[in-house]
Amino acid sequence: MVLESKIPEGPVSEKWESYKFNRKLVNPANRRRYNVIVVGTGLAGGAAAATLGELGYNVSAFTFHDTPRRAHSIAAQGGINAAKNYRGDGDSVYRLFYDTIKGGDFRSREANVYRLAEESVNIVDQCVAQGVPFAREYGGMLDNRSFGGAQVSRTFYARGQTGQQLLLGAYQQLARQIGLGNVTLYNRCEFVDVVVVDGEAKGIVTRDLVTGEIRSHAAHAVVLATGGYSNVFFLSTNAMACNVSAAWRAHRRGAYFANPCFTQIHPTCIPQSDEFQSKLTLMSESLRNDGRIWVPNDPDDTRSPDRIPDAERDFYLERLYPSFGNLAPRDVSSRAAKRACDAGKGVGPLKNGVYLDFSDAIRRLGAPVIQERYGNLFEMYQRITDEDPYKVPMRIYPAVHYTMGGLWVDYELMTTIPGLYAAGEANFSDHGANRLGASALMQGLADGYFVLPNTISNYLAPKLGEKLVGTDHPAFQAAEAEARARFDGYLAAKGTRSVDWFHRELGKIVWDYCGMERTQQGLEKALSEIPALYEEFRTDVRVPGSGATLNQSLERCGRVDDFFQLAQAMCLDALMREESCGGHFRAEHQYDDGEAKRNDDAFAHVTAWEWSGDARTPVEHREPLVFENIKLAVRSYK
Amino acid sequence: MSKTMKLTLRVWRQNGPSDAGRFETVKAEGIKDDMSFLEMLDVVNERITNDGGEPITFDHDCREGICGTCSLMIDGQAHGPNKRTATCQLHMRSFRDGQEVTIEPWRATAFPIIKDLMVDRSAFDRIVEAGGFITAPTGGAPDANLIPIPKPVADAAMDAAECIGCGACVAACPNGAANLFTSAKISHLNLLPQGQAERYKRVEAMVETMEEYFGSCTNHGECEQACPKAISIDWIALMNRDYAKAKFKNRRLLSRT
Repeated sequence: MVLESKIPEGPVSEKWESYKFNRKLVNPANRRRYNVIVVGTGLAGGAAAATLGELGYNVSAFTFHDTPRRAHSIAAQGGINAAKNYRGDGDSVYRLFYDTIKGGDFRSREANVYRLAEESVNIVDQCVAQGVPFAREYGGMLDNRSFGGAQVSRTFYARGQTGQQLLLGAYQQLARQIGLGNVTLYNRCEFVDVVVVDGEAKGIVTRDLVTGEIRSHAAHAVVLATGGYSNVFFLSTNAMACNVSAAWRAHRRGAYFANPCFTQIHPTCIPQSDEFQSKLTLMSESLRNDGRIWVPNDPDDTRSPDRIPDAERDFYLERLYPSFGNLAPRDVSSRAAKRACDAGKGVGPLKNGVYLDFSDAIRRLGAPVIQERYGNLFEMYQRITDEDPYKVPMRIYPAVHYTMGGLWVDYELMTTIPGLYAAGEANFSDHGANRLGASALMQGLADGYFVLPNTISNYLAPKLGEKLVGTDHPAFQAAEAEARARFDGYLAAKGTRSVDWFHRELGKIVWDYCGMERTQQGLEKALSEIPALYEEFRTDVRVPGSGATLNQSLERCGRVDDFFQLAQAMCLDALMREESCGGHFRAEHQYDDGEAKRNDDAFAHVTAWEWSGDARTPVEHREPLVFENIKLAVRSYK
Repeated sequence: MSKTMKLTLRVWRQNGPSDAGRFETVKAEGIKDDMSFLEMLDVVNERITNDGGEPITFDHDCREGICGTCSLMIDGQAHGPNKRTATCQLHMRSFRDGQEVTIEPWRATAFPIIKDLMVDRSAFDRIVEAGGFITAPTGGAPDANLIPIPKPVADAAMDAAECIGCGACVAACPNGAANLFTSAKISHLNLLPQGQAERYKRVEAMVETMEEYFGSCTNHGECEQACPKAISIDWIALMNRDYAKAKFKNRRLLSRT
């Protein structure tokens, strides 16, 4: 199969406009005759379900949470980018486009990214109209801050809770549509499978988490907005329930999975304190606006940080990247922190962190200003570590945070299964090999509010009058039977080890060999260890309780099963990609100063994997990336 | 250095909505004081699983105090002993070695128990569906800087909007009232210029939906004390004032039709 990206003709700045004009439309009165399923109610899914409901489609929305407002988008702290140029500092749609392509290390599609930059402007307008309380200046205008990988101030924020406020905005719009009866919400209900009839997505199978009931839902189109797969590492900054299952089950039904090895390590998280730890906590990257990152020059320096004079500190980001300094992009900053700790200069009891120091900013601006900007983050830090960041520098270390890879989609966000779409973090499309800060919220909302509602009609319009495939169709029955057998299988294993034990062990392998730095040898080791552990998992996992009541171990078991399969695709993808780019750093491919060495001749493409029936041997496909506007260059933040 | 402690937990176990439920005593051993309260429960659950029992069901997700999924009455206090702290942000250093800790689900008629410590809070969604939004169809918004909003107004709206919808206010209230939650949502929107068009319709619809599910407020103030985001009880006054006004305004509207 040839991967057809369906990018419209014409100059990049006119593609989206011409697409919107040329697409097929569904007349408002006919929209209610289409059933659309949206799985996931975060920024992308919530925005899509609300907007599609508002347009008049008959929408069913699914979340495994108790309410749509819990989706993990809520935890995003720093902000959302928009090319508004309200600061007059030279920002433009083209500059945001350029920064995002460059930040992604030239591994994303120009047309998609340009569209994202165009829509960024509308997102902020839309959110303000909904009542999102963005930070304001005294004159009443919107405030901005700057973020990594950009030299302009284009990030809009609501204290340190931008994700929360944007999600509540989308949730409120969704709630309105639910109240009006345009959207039916299924909560505590998990996606189990997508049903494909004659090559097209015709519905889904779900499992009610409270009763265990397996049920089919038919539709004309299905949207997956189910987030990323960082939890394959066990320890990440993602919420506990984030998982790859929806995307992975779709993959097993024929949707290609693109660039799974592109995972992002966030430079500013609280270092791990012990092995019982269940998750890592992120400290917003916005802290790098005012915090200075350093380690002591002397690895054996045991003085408390305030006793170490400036001359004996290594402000390594400012030294190595003078023009971007502490705001160097995430992948660059993370690797620099790893190098400092690997050199023995790490700080804290386990020597697994670097300092993020606010003392200069507090001296310059005063503690109240710092409190205004970051108060809630400082509080969160203190609660977890029992240390006061107003007095002692924070300790930070990189942690897995976001996954750029995901289901392969074309320009319309459609996967390789016609009628099945993927939006937000669940798709691979806009961030290439590395995502810039404050761009995840932008992409989720662009996909949900502005892209999908436009592209979905192009698929639906010709289907006017087509009857729904009933849930009594053999394909639904077969998918239901398969789902029942799968969950019964987990319960029947009656092994000796808990689901979490296996998840933790899997996470260790993936982190060690497919984490911040990857080598051929390590990846090959991972590819031999994971299938062995997976085999053990299938025979030796213990899931207590039954499938007929709420069973959290059973939920997790299904998710960990899918993580095992994904982990193999991830390591294989990382092994095949013989270059370093963005979040994917192969130790064999670096310059003398340790910077990533891309290989544009051999790898300026998207790798999309096709399920073969065996997690060890997926089939590789490639979509070449064509750069018509931006010249491929070595990324430099010096 | 972190210390290791032992605790005795009295945990509410209930196998489903129709089960009578009972307290069970569970030992929590090998607990480090750096652990979060939920990590302590993870350790206990891991041991229960290994011993062939069924682990304790509890709601949780982000473990950063923002998603509002976690709950738990800990020794009779919603989200435990620390102020402005959700259960997931509570650490074991707030407890003593050897302490007995009682863990219950949220207690409120409007929040029926699903299993063990997990309750159904969807009545909150019904309140928001009734009017907790600004009608702003996608695509029709004017430029974001067109309406200047004074900083104190934007800040006040943000103070109210910080509510995470966890339900601690209801669990802490002797009447099981949801006035803090409802008033926070109403105030967030009613303070902003964009929210004015639907201000009185909103407050009326939301308050009346709230009253279908929840008890009445008698100004105990327990809600504010229990709130992990320290949402101010002042919002309830604003809501009451707007509700009273709405009754007059909307009556006038009614007479014109």
